[in-house]
Amino acid sequence: MPIDVPARVLANRRLSDDYNVLALAAPAIAAATQPGQFVMLKAAAGVDPLLRRPFSVFEILRDTSGAPNAITVLSKRIGPSTRLMFDAEPGGVMACLGPLGRPFAVVQPPSEAWMIAGGVGLAAFATLAEALAARGVKSTLFYGARRGEELFYLDLFRARGVELVLTTEDGSAGERGRVVGPLDRRLAALDPAMPLMLYACGPEAMLAATARVAARHRRPCQVSVERIMGCGLGGCYSCVIPMRDEDGAFHNVRSCLAGPVLPADRIRWD
Amino acid sequence: MDLSVRIGSLILKNPLIAASGCFGYGVEYAEVVDLSTLGAIVSKGLFLEEREGHPAPRIVETPAGMLNAIGLQGIGARRFVDEKLPELRARGATVIVNVCGTTLDEYVEVSRLVSDAEGVAAIELNISCPNIKEGGIQFGCSLNGTFDVVSAVRKATSLPVIPKLTPNVTDVASFARAAEDAGADAVSLVNTFLAMVIDVETRRPRISNVVGGLSGPAIRPIAVRMVYECRQTIKIPILGMGGIVDARDALEFLIAGADAVQVGTANFVDPFIWSKLTAGITDYMDRHRIARVADLVGSVDTAERTAHT
Repeated sequence: MPIDVPARVLANRRLSDDYNVLALAAPAIAAATQPGQFVMLKAAAGVDPLLRRPFSVFEILRDTSGAPNAITVLSKRIGPSTRLMFDAEPGGVMACLGPLGRPFAVVQPPSEAWMIAGGVGLAAFATLAEALAARGVKSTLFYGARRGEELFYLDLFRARGVELVLTTEDGSAGERGRVVGPLDRRLAALDPAMPLMLYACGPEAMLAATARVAARHRRPCQVSVERIMGCGLGGCYSCVIPMRDEDGAFHNVRSCLAGPVLPADRIRWD
Repeated sequence: MDLSVRIGSLILKNPLIAASGCFGYGVEYAEVVDLSTLGAIVSKGLFLEEREGHPAPRIVETPAGMLNAIGLQGIGARRFVDEKLPELRARGATVIVNVCGTTLDEYVEVSRLVSDAEGVAAIELNISCPNIKEGGIQFGCSLNGTFDVVSAVRKATSLPVIPKLTPNVTDVASFARAAEDAGADAVSLVNTFLAMVIDVETRRPRISNVVGGLSGPAIRPIAVRMVYECRQTIKIPILGMGGIVDARDALEFLIAGADAVQVGTANFVDPFIWSKLTAGITDYMDRHRIARVADLVGSVDTAERTAHT
């Protein structure tokens, strides 16, 4: 059951002019969150901005005894709420509702796990990488950004034993181009008998391209979608995405309840 | 302290109602809210058959508000009765069904269907959704259409009939009068205000339906004025709504002339809002020595002030 807490801002790490990571004191949410779940944050009290915004739980922080006591969220400054989050100072309070949504299904060895992240889509994968490492699953992160300075937290993933495959649109780090390029080549080179799960989070164009590549190589793929969301609890019907049911018919499903993690091969990408 | 309110033959335990389209089918909120503590919940709008609604994006945030064009996605009245109503009944919810129709016959048929089901307290007639092409608002924007739908449904059910009125007309009070004349037990007002948001970088509308309905605190003073005007015009109860986010807002509607209030957009922001609203209203009644919430209704003091409209 989700809870709503007034979460104190413990730290605000600005990664660039647009990206920041907020640490929020929310022990009960931190303890209950599974990889892929999200919280609804209200960046400021009052009615303008009015709505909460959804954020993947990026990291789960622990106190000295190892007990979960805080979460972090990775934010990109786009609108009024993310601007407030970028400017937030330690000591401030944000209403934090969560954990919400259906988590990633975490594979077991001998399966490998490949994570595909674009931009702030990286946020879904720190907790997943930790869960995979805990199970001894060999994992790789395909991570794309506009430029090298926007590839963040590489050490966090390296520390969890994740192999990194980096791309940038301007070629300033890693391979020039989009992240599905090396993904496609690696999939082609992989022994088809090797069990593998793909996990993707990022812009929808990237998710759609990843879904196509996954289908071509006949690999299962879980995508974490980021639709414009009003409430996070199934009340508003804003965050729908067309999904194929058992009979082959498409229906608009609420990504807050059915997702945000959904099977890529059942989604219709518009 | 008496928080109960009477809506026709229906007595609600308090004046706080979850607004249609903002509370799913109610069951979505059963984990976070004790549904039996609400005055009532109003279901999402239901046609006879399932509807997929509009493609995303369906909402965009606006100053102190939001614009939506969901397009009345819904499971249809039959599935609602079979799949959702039993749980709502088991949880002790007072259920008002929001009935939609593309034709007068469909309004009547859906109303009959839900009237025959066990556990429906009242019918709210959706003649005001701004986001679908056919049906609904075409009735709500014509005095004759409003009269005809309410009359037809009135004859088809013994449940209280509560048409939900659109604010997108010149004189809402005349529509409230038409509803009253046709035998409505109460009216709900207001639905959302037709509005538009454009992304200037791309010159594209920000929602797929191009235009949508504006809700939230941005519309509240207009909605309060409309409730006030209708209270001067009709005798039947009013369920007032439009941008309520706290107890003071709810009290403002009651004092303007609403017998009960509906809360929609604010539930998206704070699903735990209901107990806070109740606490705020009872605290106010305590401070002002008001024993019955019904005594507040329409109590606005306009002495020596005249509305020139």
